[in-house]
Amino acid sequence: MDIFLQQIVNGLTLGSIYAIVALGYTMVYGIVQLINFAHGEVVMIGAMVAFSVITGLVRANTGLPPGVIVAIGVGAAIPVSMAVGWFLERFAYRPLRTAPRLAPLITAIGMSIILQHLAMIIWGRNPIAFPQIIPTVRFDLAGASITAVQIVIILGSLAMMSALTALVYKTRLGIAMRATAQNPQVAGLMGVDIDRVIALTFLIGAALAAIAGAMVGSYYGIAHYTMGSLLGLKAFCAAVLGGIGNLAGAMLGGILLGLVEALGAGYIGDFTNNWFGSNYQDVFAFLVLILVLVFRPQGILGERVGDRA
Amino acid sequence: MKASRANPALFWSGVALVGVALIALPFVLAIAGTAWVRITNLAILFIFLSLGLNIVVGFAGLLDLGYIAFYAVGAYVYALLASPHFNLHLPFWVILPIGALVACGFGLLLGAPTLKLRGDYLAIVTLGFGEIIRVFLNNLSQPVNITNGPKGLATIDPFRIGGFDFSTTQAILGLSFSGPIKYYYALLVALILIIVVNQRLQHSRIGRAWEAIREDEVAARAMGIDTTAIKLTAFAMGASFGGIAGGMFAAIQGFVSPESFGLTESIMVLAMVVLGGMGNIWGVIVGALLLSFVPEILRYTVQPVQQALFGRMLVEPEVIRMLLFGLALVMMMLYRPAGLLPSPLRKRELAREGRA
Repeated sequence: MDIFLQQIVNGLTLGSIYAIVALGYTMVYGIVQLINFAHGEVVMIGAMVAFSVITGLVRANTGLPPGVIVAIGVGAAIPVSMAVGWFLERFAYRPLRTAPRLAPLITAIGMSIILQHLAMIIWGRNPIAFPQIIPTVRFDLAGASITAVQIVIILGSLAMMSALTALVYKTRLGIAMRATAQNPQVAGLMGVDIDRVIALTFLIGAALAAIAGAMVGSYYGIAHYTMGSLLGLKAFCAAVLGGIGNLAGAMLGGILLGLVEALGAGYIGDFTNNWFGSNYQDVFAFLVLILVLVFRPQGILGERVGDRA
Repeated sequence: MKASRANPALFWSGVALVGVALIALPFVLAIAGTAWVRITNLAILFIFLSLGLNIVVGFAGLLDLGYIAFYAVGAYVYALLASPHFNLHLPFWVILPIGALVACGFGLLLGAPTLKLRGDYLAIVTLGFGEIIRVFLNNLSQPVNITNGPKGLATIDPFRIGGFDFSTTQAILGLSFSGPIKYYYALLVALILIIVVNQRLQHSRIGRAWEAIREDEVAARAMGIDTTAIKLTAFAMGASFGGIAGGMFAAIQGFVSPESFGLTESIMVLAMVVLGGMGNIWGVIVGALLLSFVPEILRYTVQPVQQALFGRMLVEPEVIRMLLFGLALVMMMLYRPAGLLPSPLRKRELAREGRA
């Protein structure tokens, strides 16, 4: 089996999940200049709800085909995540929109802790395993293998990215979003309902997060109440890598970060004479982040940068 | 403070009273159990940490979410230089400054690239740094065993001055001083020192520059303040405070492992600073004491109450503790952003906002 190609396949899968989560960060950041630290927890809640519903349906022996069960699970996760996203925006961030920048960052951290531990109370300390309902189908790809789940993840992410791009560039809501991002006051004067646009941005981000949660959960086979924080952090790194506030940047950054992680974890042993192993995988995202901040703070595709103090 | 100067006699008798109470405290606590003296010692360590983080978050207005990493650096420096692991046994007054320097170095390394940018990036980078440090502590047991991995380092030397050992029980003037009680006094002296240093810092040239940057960075720069350098100073100074506190922690516990330095601990210290009042030294101390003791009290009350009400444990005290931290952060920001004891300046600002 060709290891290089295999790592590329794995990296693309992971990267498309990062990209979807990164979109949530970048949309919110583009519009209200806030790092929504709790976004990772929204992903986690999506995964937990999807897994609970899927496990429940499997146990109930409904006889439904596996694809339908998964679809129902994801369908249940989306509204729950959206509700959490809406709640966050309405009660934790909106009251602080004009406060000093530090304030919403601190509430975001607080909400993330609260959500994580509420999830622990609801779902318990132990990881939930994904029921084995979808048989693992492997396809051979020039020496590497790709599973059906990976194909679904990559194609699904591409579909979501194009849908989101169409939404932002072709619809009235998209125009309102871009106007609000450029200048909220003027957008408000032009008749854009700013509060509504910001709330909708959070809702869209949360819906994407729910799907990403279900995808990452089924890729690794488990869902856990702590899974959101590291995933969220890495997705944020991806958003910065691509250029925060920029949709295409988040997609590109996500995929690149996935590739860096997979290739890095695959080859770090060879390069360092086995001094460091793949257990350092989680370090790469932050190394990338720090390197980007040193050499190209605006990210690959970003324009706006620096402090607008 | 200024108001009390009007009546010096009353002020100094108040100070004397608090002093006597602080000296008698460990013996009173020891009646309830030595565990409470240990908890108090840890609370004082958390005051150190909160005061250190307060320099970064409160004075300079920069959000550091991986502050505990500097604590970890200090603790591991101490553990490596004073334990059988490398068979090094340096005295503590040599190691604590080394720990502070190493932590300061990490602070500079991290702050230099990020502090030029807007504050949000610092939050993320520090959060990431906290994770990286933990990954390294957990994995640097191979191929050369440096940190001993998740098992941690044990039998770390206690503080020793000549033949005086802080970890053993000893009778002095007819009173029995247990190890934790001796450490309590050492910590108390260090605490007074650190409070004085913090107050002098706050009212120094640098302290005023931090405040100016926090309030309005552009205006501060226009006034001729080198904002990047001054922010870096705050960050590095906060880091060295964390390093010193970490060294003390390693000595007092006699054991360090990566588990003690997670995101949870970073959030806890942040919650202490935010709860008490960012930028106000006394507020931060109150916040640190509250969030150190309330969870301990919960630990002893939550379980029996739940047993009595529901017949079983529904929510573990650990989870309640975390929910408490989260709620403290959110509620304080929403309803009392200046903290329980706001600094005078913040109070003025809020009053002005009220009128506007």
